[in-house]
Amino acid sequence: MPRATGVRSWVLWLVVAAGALVMLFPFWWTLVSSLTDQTALGQSPSLIPDNPTMSAYRELFSRTPFARVVLNSLGLALATVVIQIATSSLAAYAFSRLEFRGRPVVFAAYLATMMIPMQVLLVPLFVQMKSWGLVDTYLGVLLPSTVSAFGVFLLRQAMNAVPRELDEAATIDGAGHLRIFARVVMPLIRPAIATFAVLSFMSSWNAFLWPLVILRSEELRTLPLALASLVGQYATDWNVLMAGSVVSILPMLALYILAQRHVVAGIAGTGLK
Amino acid sequence: MTLAPERAKAAPMRATGRRQASRTVARRRARWWALAFLLPSAVPLVLFFYVPMVRAGWISLHEWNLISPMRWAGLDNFRAVLGDPTTAAVFWHTVQYVLGYLPLVLVFGLGIALALNRRLAGRDLLRGVYFLPVITSWIAVAVVWRWLLNPTVGVVNQVLAWFGIDGPGWWADPTWAMASIVLASAWKDVGFVMIILLAGLQSIPAEVNEAAVLDGAGPWRRLWSITLPLLSPSVFFVVVISLINGFQVFDQVYAMTEGGPGGATQVVVQQVYDLTFRYGQAGSGAALSLLLFAVIMAVTVVQLWGQRKWVHDA
Repeated sequence: MPRATGVRSWVLWLVVAAGALVMLFPFWWTLVSSLTDQTALGQSPSLIPDNPTMSAYRELFSRTPFARVVLNSLGLALATVVIQIATSSLAAYAFSRLEFRGRPVVFAAYLATMMIPMQVLLVPLFVQMKSWGLVDTYLGVLLPSTVSAFGVFLLRQAMNAVPRELDEAATIDGAGHLRIFARVVMPLIRPAIATFAVLSFMSSWNAFLWPLVILRSEELRTLPLALASLVGQYATDWNVLMAGSVVSILPMLALYILAQRHVVAGIAGTGLK
Repeated sequence: MTLAPERAKAAPMRATGRRQASRTVARRRARWWALAFLLPSAVPLVLFFYVPMVRAGWISLHEWNLISPMRWAGLDNFRAVLGDPTTAAVFWHTVQYVLGYLPLVLVFGLGIALALNRRLAGRDLLRGVYFLPVITSWIAVAVVWRWLLNPTVGVVNQVLAWFGIDGPGWWADPTWAMASIVLASAWKDVGFVMIILLAGLQSIPAEVNEAAVLDGAGPWRRLWSITLPLLSPSVFFVVVISLINGFQVFDQVYAMTEGGPGGATQVVVQQVYDLTFRYGQAGSGAALSLLLFAVIMAVTVVQLWGQRKWVHDA
């Protein structure tokens, strides 16, 4: 890794740090706006609220079941992550390590699903879920995301980087595919799994259209749905909308700060050389 | 014992035969293993992607408003969609989005990745900050950016006013609405591009760069002749994924402008949604969505074919 030295590196650092502030500003502004009284919004903006008030949050939690909504999103996202890592890593192993006829075609059939816009599948999927009686259930939300072609692709790339000599050594020691998968390959691609876990959690946490179509009851709602319905209710009460945004961002943020160390360390450490 | 010479002769032959047999057994066994490893993902893939895909094709051949029984329409929906000037408009808006979005996230994502691959103070924190918007839901981002870019009371226009600049109407103005969506999208996704490229940069062996330094190559030379070529597989991955996602742009449009004002940001998927759920033309919606799928496939195939020209080790 190149070591930056001298004046040039300071200029670089300043540019990168300034960019980071630009990236952070919308978050800070959301927080500030959520703490500002409705009447003071839009008048002479300042970086620190003059008279911070929690009124927007009181309004938010008294009118909407936001705590329940956060739990719904959390449960669905965790389930999605666990299931997707399991299904994707197994498939990735088959594509990376097992010889079978038609492998490129099957792999292409997996990748092709990434190109199908969700909106193409929306109506047929809804009809299918309806016939199975899964409309307005968590299972109905979960089922279509039990597989991730992106995950298969990402983990296969990582597995291809694991030297095959390691498998061969394990085979000589009498290990079968299950053992090579679980004991040799999976531990070595942990950085890729961590990255995928965050991406997978995110896609579930942020999913909007499919939950919108499949969920009906207010108590089953996920965060984006609750936030979107707030937009309808509080069209110009920007402080309440910003409070809703803060609440929807915070749990993900907390989780990210916890997981980020693994992801960044995982990528930076490159345990697979 | 009279067979001994014969056996001695046969033994090597039998050994090769056995080896061949064991190889076929291993291959057959590998096929079963492959099936076992693939099944947990293949079943949902077929049930939730391929079956609905075929059904979408079936729906596209019918006139249907989602409620009353389907009526056979043949290729009428495709003819209607292809003849509709709105179709050309929504494709054009989608291309506008992609053309604005892709260079922005690529250039900034690459720049940030290169900078944060160095040993800068607080590097991990900076990486975390740039990745932050990626984890945020589109609905939250859209709500926030609508507020930031609010034409009258938004902070961006207020700051512009300090410098005597009369800020544009952003998402409320047809000429600026798509720019607003591109801006918010680039802000949200640049960290994603950064992290993929960082992973790529870290897989470049340090020795290659060290050797180039010894050979007297300056930083620009190293960037052009070593880093970028070796990074090209990651860049390729980012371009493929970004184009696929770019053509499917919807959430941010739905949440920021709903295709407005005056249809200025109406993209393909928004039109699919509107045809299906607003105008009760599920058949035409399905036809348009299949058309979009064909375009995305074509764009991806062209890239896979063209990667030989610029991707290292493709």
